[in-house]
Amino acid sequence: MAVILVVGAVLGATARDFLSLPNIIDLLDTYSVQAIMAMGLFVVLVSGGIDISFAATASVAQYVAAKLATQFGLPAPLVIAAGLSIGILLGCVNAALIHYVRITSIIATIATMSISFSLLMYFSGGRSIYSLPDWWMDRIVFYQTESASGDLARITLPIVLMAAVALFTWAWMTRSSLGRQLYAMGGNPEAARRIGMHIGRLQFVAYGYLGLTAALAGLLQAHRVGESVPNAMVNTELTVLSAAVLGGASLTGGIGTVPGVLLGIVLLAILQNGLNLLGVSSYFFQIVIGATILISTSITVISSRRGRRHRILAGAPTHG
Amino acid sequence: MADPPLSRNYPDKGGLAHLMARLRPGLPGGHAGLAALLILLLVAFTAFVPNFLSASTLQSFMYQLPLLGLLSLAMVVPLISGGLNLAIIATTNQCALLMVWVMRSMIAADSGGATTLGIICLAMAVGFLLCLVIGFATGALVAYTGVHPILVTLGTKSLIDGISIYLTRGMALSGLPEMFTRASSSTLFGIPLVFLLMIGVAVLIGTILRHTVFGVACAMIGSNPEATRYSAVDTRRVLVGVYVMSSLTCFVAALVMLATFNTASADYAQSYLLVTILAAVLGGVDPFGGFGTVTGLMLALSILQVISSGFNQFGVSNYLTVAIWGAILIFVVMVQTARPYLVDVLAGIWRSTNGHGGSLRRRQDER
Repeated sequence: MAVILVVGAVLGATARDFLSLPNIIDLLDTYSVQAIMAMGLFVVLVSGGIDISFAATASVAQYVAAKLATQFGLPAPLVIAAGLSIGILLGCVNAALIHYVRITSIIATIATMSISFSLLMYFSGGRSIYSLPDWWMDRIVFYQTESASGDLARITLPIVLMAAVALFTWAWMTRSSLGRQLYAMGGNPEAARRIGMHIGRLQFVAYGYLGLTAALAGLLQAHRVGESVPNAMVNTELTVLSAAVLGGASLTGGIGTVPGVLLGIVLLAILQNGLNLLGVSSYFFQIVIGATILISTSITVISSRRGRRHRILAGAPTHG
Repeated sequence: MADPPLSRNYPDKGGLAHLMARLRPGLPGGHAGLAALLILLLVAFTAFVPNFLSASTLQSFMYQLPLLGLLSLAMVVPLISGGLNLAIIATTNQCALLMVWVMRSMIAADSGGATTLGIICLAMAVGFLLCLVIGFATGALVAYTGVHPILVTLGTKSLIDGISIYLTRGMALSGLPEMFTRASSSTLFGIPLVFLLMIGVAVLIGTILRHTVFGVACAMIGSNPEATRYSAVDTRRVLVGVYVMSSLTCFVAALVMLATFNTASADYAQSYLLVTILAAVLGGVDPFGGFGTVTGLMLALSILQVISSGFNQFGVSNYLTVAIWGAILIFVVMVQTARPYLVDVLAGIWRSTNGHGGSLRRRQDER
C-alpha cells in the first residue's frame, strides 16, 4: 500500500500527464482483463490452491466463442454462454483432478495448461480470427466526459465489468458463508474438513469461479482488441499471479483481500504506464517488475516478522 | 470413498518404515513403472513407426535431450529442497548471451588458435561467474528473507529476463567462433559430446544428492524445514547451496544451448519452464519437496523425448506432443493415486475368489 502511494506520488510529480483523468481511465481499461482474472485467482489462492492454467482457459474460451460466432453465426447470448461455460468446465476439470486424483494444484494446472493450450494451438493452427461480429467489437460506452485539454475519458464495458466482478468477489468472500468457508479451507484444510465443510464442493466452487472469470476476461480481451488471437494471453499467468501476490494474497492460502489484489494490479499498471510517460524504454519494464516483486515481498515479510502486525505473508513458511 | 488427509497425498500406512521405503525409490513402486512405460513406448513405436530404432533416431535423440535434461536437473535440486526455481531459463539465456558477447567482441578475424581458445575459456569463466552470482543472490534471498521461493524466483526471473531483453533489445546474438561450434558438435564413439556432458552432470548431481551431507540436508529441508533446523543443520547455508547448484547447472545448460542453437537470445526455450517441472514430477519428485531421484528424472525425460520423437516421425504436430505430455503426467499421477485402492480391490477379489474356492472345496470334502 505504502509502495503504491510512493510510486504514485513520484510519478504524479515527474510525469505530468500521469494524474490526468483520461490516462487513469485508459489504465483501468487496459488492465481490466488482468484484474478480472486476478479476482478469480484470488479466490483460488485464498482456498489454498494455485492455478497456472487460467490464461490457457481464457484463450480456449475466447477462441471457441469466436469460432462459434463467426463460423456458425450463433447469436450473442448463446456465444457468451458457451464461452463462459467452457471456462467453468475447464475450471471444474482442474478441481476434479485436484480433489479426486489428488494431484497438487500447481502440477495439475500445469498439466491442464499444457493440454488445453497445445490442443488450442493444434486445432486453430495458430490462426487468428479477425472477423468478429459487430455486437462483439462495438465499444460500449457508459459515461463519457471531456477533460479541459480536450481528451475524451470514457467509462467502457471492461471497466464496468471489472468493477462488478471485483465488487461481487469482495462481497461474496467477506459477507457470505461460502466465502468464509473458502478462507477457512485455505487456512487449515484439515480443520475445515473436521468441522464438516465439504472440501470437494469448495474446490469446485473456487476453480469453477476462476474458470468463469478467466473466460469472461478472454471474451473481454477479444472485445478490446477486436480479434481473437490464440496465443495472445500466453504468459499473462505469471503477471497476474505476481500482481495477486504483490497485493498480499498468500501462496499458502487463507490470507488476502480483494482491495489488496486490486492494489497489486494498480501497482503494476502505474509502474508500466508511469515509466512509459517518463519515456523509459519498455524493455526496461520487466526489470522494474522483477525488482518490485523482490523488494516489496521482502519488505512485507521482514516487517511482518518484526511486528507481527500485518499477517499478510507471515503465514507462509519458507518452504510450503 | 474414504477421505485421506488433504495436504499430503500419501497413504499413511507404516510410520518410519514407510518413510524410509519412500525415501529410497522416490515414488511408490520405484522406477519399475516408469521403466515399464518407457519400454512399452519403445516397443509400440518400433512396431508402428518404420525406422524408429535406427542409429539416426538414436543420435537425434541424444542431441535433443541434453538441453531439456540439464534444465530439468537445474529445477530438480530446488524442488527436492521444497522450493522452485522459475528463473532457470532466464539464467541460462543470460549466461549464453554473455558468453556469445564475450566471444564475439574479443575474437578478431585474424586471431590465432591459442588466443581463440583462451578467449573461449575466458567467456566460459565469465558465464560461470555470472551463474554463481545469480545463484548466490537467489539463494540468499530465499534463505535470509524467508520469502516463498516461487515469489523470489518469479522476481529474479523477471529481473534477469528484463536485463537480457533490455541489453539485447530482444535480438538474437550470433557469431560463435568456429572452434567452439566444431568442439560442441563433435562426438565420442558416436555419442554426441552434449549428451555425455548431460550424463556427467546428472551423475554428479545424483551423487551429491544421494551420498553427501549436503544432499541429505536438502531432502530433509524439503520434508520438514523446522525439524531440520532443530537438528543442527544450517538450513540457510544449505539453501544458498541449493540455488547456487541450480544456477551452475544452468551454466552447463547455456553451453549446450549455444552448441545446439549456435545463437543466444533472451527468449529461447521459455516454453521449457513448465515442462521441466512436469518432467520432474513425472520422475517421482515430490512437488512439496523431500523426495525424488535423478534416475527417476532421467527415466521421465527419456519417456518424454521418446514420445516427442516418435510422434514427430508419425508427422504429429509439436503442439499435440505437448498435450500428450500433459496427459501422460495426469495419467501417471492417477495411477499412483489409485494404486492403494487398486491393491485393495485386487486383494479383495483374490480373497473372495479364494475364500469362495475354499468353501467349495470344503463342501466337496463334506460330501
